[in-house]
Amino acid sequence: MSFISYLINGLSLGSVYAIIALGYTMVYGIAKMLNFAHGDIIMVGAYIALMSMTQAGLPPFAAVLAAVVGCTVLGVLIERIAYKPLRNASSSLAVLITAIGVSYLLQNLALLIFGANTQTFSSVIEWKGVTLADGAMSISGVTIVTIVVCIIIMAVLVTFVQKSKPGQAMRAVSEDKGAAQLMGINVNGTIALTFAIGSALAAVAGVLLCSAYPSLTPYTGAMPGIKAFVAAVFGGIGSIQGAFIGGLLLGIIEILGRAYISSQMADALVFAVLIIVLLVKPTGILGKQIQEKV
Amino acid sequence: MRDRMKKIKNMNKNTKSNLITYGIVIVAFLVMQTLISTGSISSLLEGLMVPLCIYIILAVSLNLVVGILGELSLGHAGFMCAGAFSSAFFSKCMKDVIENGTLRFILALLIGIAVAAVFGIIIGIPVLRLKGDYLAIVTLAFGEIIKNLVNVVFIGKDANGFHFSTKDVMDLNMELDGEVIVNGPQGITGTPQDSTFFIGVVLILITLFIVINLVNSRDGRAIMAIRDNRIAAESVGINITKYKLMAFTISAALAGGAGVLYAHNLSTLTANTNNFGYNMSINILVFVVLGGIGNIRGSMIAAVILTLLPEMLRGLSDYRMLIYAIVLILMMLFNWAPKSIEWREKYLSFGKKKKEAVK
Amino acid sequence: MAALLDVKNLGISFGGLRAVNGFDISIEKEQLYGLIGPNGAGKTTVFNLLTGVYKPDAGKVILDGQDITGKKTIDISKAGIARTFQNIRLFSKLSVLDNVKVGLHNKHHYSTIEGILRLHGYRKVEKEMNEQAMELLKVFDLADHADYLASNLPYGQQRRLEIARALATEPKLLLLDEPAAGMNPNETGELMEMIQFVREKFHMTILLIEHDMKLVSGICEKLTVLNFGEVLAQGDTASVLNDPQVITAYLGE
Repeated sequence: MSFISYLINGLSLGSVYAIIALGYTMVYGIAKMLNFAHGDIIMVGAYIALMSMTQAGLPPFAAVLAAVVGCTVLGVLIERIAYKPLRNASSSLAVLITAIGVSYLLQNLALLIFGANTQTFSSVIEWKGVTLADGAMSISGVTIVTIVVCIIIMAVLVTFVQKSKPGQAMRAVSEDKGAAQLMGINVNGTIALTFAIGSALAAVAGVLLCSAYPSLTPYTGAMPGIKAFVAAVFGGIGSIQGAFIGGLLLGIIEILGRAYISSQMADALVFAVLIIVLLVKPTGILGKQIQEKV
Repeated sequence: MRDRMKKIKNMNKNTKSNLITYGIVIVAFLVMQTLISTGSISSLLEGLMVPLCIYIILAVSLNLVVGILGELSLGHAGFMCAGAFSSAFFSKCMKDVIENGTLRFILALLIGIAVAAVFGIIIGIPVLRLKGDYLAIVTLAFGEIIKNLVNVVFIGKDANGFHFSTKDVMDLNMELDGEVIVNGPQGITGTPQDSTFFIGVVLILITLFIVINLVNSRDGRAIMAIRDNRIAAESVGINITKYKLMAFTISAALAGGAGVLYAHNLSTLTANTNNFGYNMSINILVFVVLGGIGNIRGSMIAAVILTLLPEMLRGLSDYRMLIYAIVLILMMLFNWAPKSIEWREKYLSFGKKKKEAVK
Repeated sequence: MAALLDVKNLGISFGGLRAVNGFDISIEKEQLYGLIGPNGAGKTTVFNLLTGVYKPDAGKVILDGQDITGKKTIDISKAGIARTFQNIRLFSKLSVLDNVKVGLHNKHHYSTIEGILRLHGYRKVEKEMNEQAMELLKVFDLADHADYLASNLPYGQQRRLEIARALATEPKLLLLDEPAAGMNPNETGELMEMIQFVREKFHMTILLIEHDMKLVSGICEKLTVLNFGEVLAQGDTASVLNDPQVITAYLGE
């Protein structure tokens, strides 16, 4: 029984990673940049939700909405101010370092505003969950909601990217910016939209993450950010389905590793699995193999 | 004849630039040393001298991979960690055996460098088959694994010899007289504090000597050829794997040296995100990129400025890291944005000169 | 006399597509040989097969009596095939001189330690390499630009530098992939002279891919025409160019 509940907890944590990784992978696919500040958007989202509930007294639903709106605006602003000017820089490292700068900026802003103390996050999900097998196993409401939300987001995103006009524009821009421009696609707008979606997802992930693990500090987003990045690479960066699978697997491996091996080694295990996957399949589980033309 | 003259002139230009690099280090050392001995600088700044040397060595050595080989590594701190723990382990064991501090430190240094180099080879072989961002994320993963591993290692020593465990101190099963050497998350305490500013500067000079001379040799040319065009390098018979691994391993070994300096500067050595995790690796990368990718002297200067900047801003207390972040973003935009480069070339004459120096 | 390069029945498929099939060629020492064909006929693929970029799934490649079929690029380079690329591939951030010195890499040795410590071996060998590289640059009229960055050279000189770098490996066979691409008639004329000069001075055997018919008919002694990955015609330049099949397939009409 305990194995199954670990597995479900793993799925739940994995769902959070998957939601973050979806944002990561979309941004990478379109802007070809590792957005190191993505993890910190999670943290900002969680703070906005928490403040909306405790300071402004908003109901949980409105608090989540506030977080999503706030992060969307923040994500688009960051792209405009810090990343866009470097889009055609001679080295791709330039925008990577700028993203690191943005990450420091968000962390230290949060530090100034909210202080370094750990704040206790009050869950946005009031449902207690279900008890199965005559009380031998209980699954919390947060766990179930997280998994369900993740599946819905994934389904909506896939449909959006495949079917809708802006979604097709996204795929075109990620394939070839120049050609997309010539076809009359608004490249800047499409990239901004991608950052908006990615940041909105990060806000949702932040709220869900802190509802399940209720301690919030300015550094809360950093490690999940890195893990989600690993998940995105794991699944094949640029692939939405890949990010989903990568996130879930990562969450399960981490929780099972923590339960059966050691809590200190769980992170090492996650990274070790990543290494093994990439050595067997150098572009991730669902990644495309790109051959250099001679 | 004219060609030969030109060649000599060319060589001189190169040598001159390198001599200036060494000269900057030596002059900076003499100035700082004078200020320290006359008591003109705060003890806080004085305490920053060895860390500064560590950062410079890390930045210069990482530049070998990022700038000269052209691969993005996000796990440089992992090699520093390997060098730090192996050398601290050695020094603590040998504290009473080898009385001569200098000899013990030199041996510790060699061990730290060798262990880091071995890690470089073991990690380099699989990692260097990957490309671009995939390579970056795997180096990050390896760095984190090294950091996590040292946190679960317990080593003790008693009359029966060494005891090893990955659980806790009790699990070592030592005699009562046994001494814990590596204590898991508590790390290693009581390492002799042998690192000095002077030793740090000597290590910087050795690092510079190795990197600069390697770059200007047959092997260095092969490494840069791979960076500029792998397929063409292969077509003229350059062994890609060999030279990638060479650059990666030498870089790791030098980072190990920085780790030795780090371990022997503190009385307690632990591994956490900020000293041996990705945060440190990223910090070093910031030095390299800001100093100009591939520019050895630049990464040195960037390391100094970015280490001193938060200290200079200490008066602003809470705001200093915020300002640091903003300055970093602005500097990146100013240095790299195509629009900013265009503007600089138009209005500032030094813009062009600087660009040449970066080559 | 045995041919310097003897290729029999060479072939490769990509997915379901047979890119090159049953390719034969035999090149004598010091011959100037042309490989022509319409776009997408598989000419560059042949070069990639000969230099080990791709592994053939059929056939044999014999260079000067040595079987080099399916060997790795660096071993083929050591065996004596050097090449240039259709889209120029220089070491753009290295100097012109250093580009050639990378070409000399396997002909001059000293250890890493000697290099770092600047020992006698380093100084001696570097001096030799400098001299030899300058010789080559002089041949290609690039000596005055020895310390320019390769990427700062004008287009025509970049093409020449690529040939110089290939020759630095002291090959037995030189493969030139569209050396005249992007050149005006004047530059093409100079290039033709230079290719002939290289053959005479270095006693070089040359196989070149080219679209410029003037260049091909002007300097190549023999031709192979490739169409849809297969050999359409082969033989003396004049007779191949008059072959009605070739005219239909390649020259149009």
